[in-house]
Amino acid sequence: MSKEVVELDHVSIRFAGDSGDGMQLTGDQFTSTTAGLGNDLTTFPDFPAEIRAPAGTLPGVSAFQLHFGDHDILTPGDHADVLVCMNPAALKANLKELRKGGDLLINTDEFGKRALAKVGYEENPLEDGSLDGYNVHPIALTSMTVETLKEFDMSKKDAERAKNMFALGMLLWLFSRPLEPTIKFLDAKFGKKPTILEANKKALQAGWSFGETTESFATQFVVKPASMPSGTYRNIHGNLATAYGLIAASKRSGLPLFLGTYPITPASDILHELSKHKGFGVRTFQAEDEIAAIGAALGASYAGMLGVTTTSGPGIALKSETIGLAVALELPLIIVDVQRGGPSTGLPTKTEQADLLQVMFGRNGEAPVPIVAPQSPADCFNAAIEAARIAVTYRTPVFLLSDGYVANGAEPWLIPTEDSLPVIEPKFATGPNHTLEDGTEVFWPFKRDPETLARPWAIPGVAGLEHRIGGIEKQDGTGNISYDPANHDFMVRTRQAKVDGIAKTIEPLLVDDPSGSAKTLVIGWGSTYGPIQDACRNLRAEGIQVAHAQVRHLNPFPSNMGDVLKSYDKVIVPEMNLGQLNMLLRAKYLVDTIGFNQVRGLPFKTQELMDAIKEVASRG
Amino acid sequence: MADTFASLALVPKADAPQSAKDFKTDQEVRWCPGCGDYAILAAVQSFMPELGVKRENIAFVSGIGCSSRFPYYMNTYGVHSIHGRAPAIATGLAISRPDLSVWVVTGDGDALSIGGNHLIHALRRNVNLKILLFNNRIYGLTKGQFSPTSESGKITKSSPVGSVDYPFNPLSVALGAEATFVARTVDSDRQHLQSVLRAAAEHEGTALIEIYQNCDIFNDNAWEPLKNPDTRDDVTIRLNHGEKIIFGSNNDRCVVRKADGTLGVANVADVSVDEIVTHDAHAADPAFAFSLSRLSHPETLQDTPIGVFRDVKRPTYEAQMREQIQTAEAVAGAGDLNALLHGKDTWDVL
Repeated sequence: MSKEVVELDHVSIRFAGDSGDGMQLTGDQFTSTTAGLGNDLTTFPDFPAEIRAPAGTLPGVSAFQLHFGDHDILTPGDHADVLVCMNPAALKANLKELRKGGDLLINTDEFGKRALAKVGYEENPLEDGSLDGYNVHPIALTSMTVETLKEFDMSKKDAERAKNMFALGMLLWLFSRPLEPTIKFLDAKFGKKPTILEANKKALQAGWSFGETTESFATQFVVKPASMPSGTYRNIHGNLATAYGLIAASKRSGLPLFLGTYPITPASDILHELSKHKGFGVRTFQAEDEIAAIGAALGASYAGMLGVTTTSGPGIALKSETIGLAVALELPLIIVDVQRGGPSTGLPTKTEQADLLQVMFGRNGEAPVPIVAPQSPADCFNAAIEAARIAVTYRTPVFLLSDGYVANGAEPWLIPTEDSLPVIEPKFATGPNHTLEDGTEVFWPFKRDPETLARPWAIPGVAGLEHRIGGIEKQDGTGNISYDPANHDFMVRTRQAKVDGIAKTIEPLLVDDPSGSAKTLVIGWGSTYGPIQDACRNLRAEGIQVAHAQVRHLNPFPSNMGDVLKSYDKVIVPEMNLGQLNMLLRAKYLVDTIGFNQVRGLPFKTQELMDAIKEVASRG
Repeated sequence: MADTFASLALVPKADAPQSAKDFKTDQEVRWCPGCGDYAILAAVQSFMPELGVKRENIAFVSGIGCSSRFPYYMNTYGVHSIHGRAPAIATGLAISRPDLSVWVVTGDGDALSIGGNHLIHALRRNVNLKILLFNNRIYGLTKGQFSPTSESGKITKSSPVGSVDYPFNPLSVALGAEATFVARTVDSDRQHLQSVLRAAAEHEGTALIEIYQNCDIFNDNAWEPLKNPDTRDDVTIRLNHGEKIIFGSNNDRCVVRKADGTLGVANVADVSVDEIVTHDAHAADPAFAFSLSRLSHPETLQDTPIGVFRDVKRPTYEAQMREQIQTAEAVAGAGDLNALLHGKDTWDVL
């Protein structure tokens, strides 16, 4: 029987199961296959902090949402169109994420009495009518997988583990995707375990065949490639893009990369990635704690490396004193903060933007530090290079303020060539830079470049430049210890002026206002780019003109920030915190900006943003 | 003097002989008059030429405290960092630059209290650092509170009726932390201090040198029994590798192994020569050095060993890291950025 083929312009699929069911892997594999077909996409892994909470319980549910289409896709989708549920817990935790009328694929084998009772279902939702508003596809996933694999010399339990491949095969059929990329992936992953390899391939194929023959699926869908600028693309996660950006900055500056770090969710993958690239001369140092991690990175910077430390909010709290030292020493240092829900341990695997004020102000004394925030997974690459440019050029610590959403999310990336990337010039000091009154040529470690106000970077090993630096206030020029009141005032103002001066080298804030007639500006920063842009486009389609600007440089702000803010009647600032950028904008520009704030550990939903923007725009 | 100290094999050699004067800076030294730090500074400055390496390839890193002002007075590269973190910062520096001779200057509060974690991890990793721990059993720069090496019951500004803290034995801590080189010396004994510096410079990896240092303002005479010419020979055990451990002004005391396997002190007259323990700094098992570190009486300082307790070989952290990098480059060639960015799964949009 040949089935009807329906073309969709976009679709959002959510895989949900137990932490041990391999949902993240299944989602990733569907994603890379889809990316390879030229669809644009955004992903949203949604998983618990616990490695494997007890099987079948709500805390153990792990989900992965993928939104792909034939045009640029900006969010994972407010609601999934298709939800795959591997057990009752997954259904209970995720049904609200499925749009009304959406397709619900349920592994009926796991819906026994005990499993239902475990998550508080008194009746079987497959039978009590509670799923009536959805297009339910009951599928005996586990038993079909076991049946498929009965000829294999493996236990029933092992056979059951391949059910995610059965599900993947079925979904690949449903959306007309090829099996080959997954087969290649399995070959690489299980090459040394032939039985498991063949079992997984067979389950994958069986899932595909099931999709093709079952009467449960009346239609097959196609989603055509998106039109994107020409070039070579790959799919990339935010943390991977950060790691690549750091390696690229190392190559383009000629400074060997040194990562001093301590494992922390959701930043650890940057360490995992960088530790693989010793061929690029990358040194990764897993320290005893967050403090030692940044200490070693700063020591490496002093040595003439590109010193980097990676962490999340709790780690920043521990590193604060060393960041202050880096401000005082005026040495390049990149501090990557992949934000997660706080305070304290908070929500380790969930996203939030509530570290902005911490990185902006969280140090003793006047200690300004530049901040760069990537707006999407692929943008982490460019943002990392930009952070390195500022750090090296201005001899300053710089924050790369990412978050869990961009770090774990993925999107297609137009791969740049090495030659197209900016060159960063360390310009190490090579000789004396000052002449004393008696004509002696000397080296002054705190004599500044008049243009950038950066001090010379004199690395050990250069004769004649021996000097001592420290956290105690230094005399302007000589760098000797100084407690002089006027000197301290001068040095504090100079360090601030140096950071403020970076604004001269950053691009002006770009405003997206196609009609040119918007009276309301939506201004966001970092990972909210996708949802805000999506909301603005939808509003414009409804005839409501709104402008959108996404702030990449949070310290210093672009020089035109004040002018932009003042040219709109209303400015709304959506943030995944209680109004931190909003506070900075109001304080600095005396503009009555209006916050829209959520701290749910989740990215904004387009519809909620649209409602909020509409409400503000309609105010008198 | 050795042609080259083993730990400095990769550090460029000085073109011309140096003198102590070459290592002095123009900065006014700001320690209290009579502070033991002056003697240590002079001893270190006059020892530096012996290293035979270029001055610009030497770096001193310190934390916070009186001792940590040390780098300002050394005409080398130097960083005066933050409290307790010098071993971490120096680790980044040493790992990055095998062409440097890196020294850490710290105190009992800096190294053992706020920075205890960094100290033990530097020791176990065996990074090529020489750590000078100035122990005066008191907090000086904060004006006289008890430190983690102060005696129990010590009366200080923060313990007016006596401290109820039990002290660390720094060398026992270091040995428990898998240190490969552990030594002790005294600020006022320049010859001994320099002999220990020499041994540390020869050692490949982290060397911890505890220097008994006098704070004449807040804890004067803390080490008096070891310094007073009338008593020092009777309380001090001078350790020399390969030699029988005999001490006392009349060479009448010695170290023996007790029935329970630990070390103890006996009168030479009471034991046979075979019973006198021979010092073995190269013993693989740290138990021997540990037992030596427990000999001294914490209050009277009777039977305090000085010298090199332990000096064993273990690959340094940075040598192993360099080897991994070289292997990676040898196997796959130097990194190709374009190839890295492309990865394995790409598609073209025309």
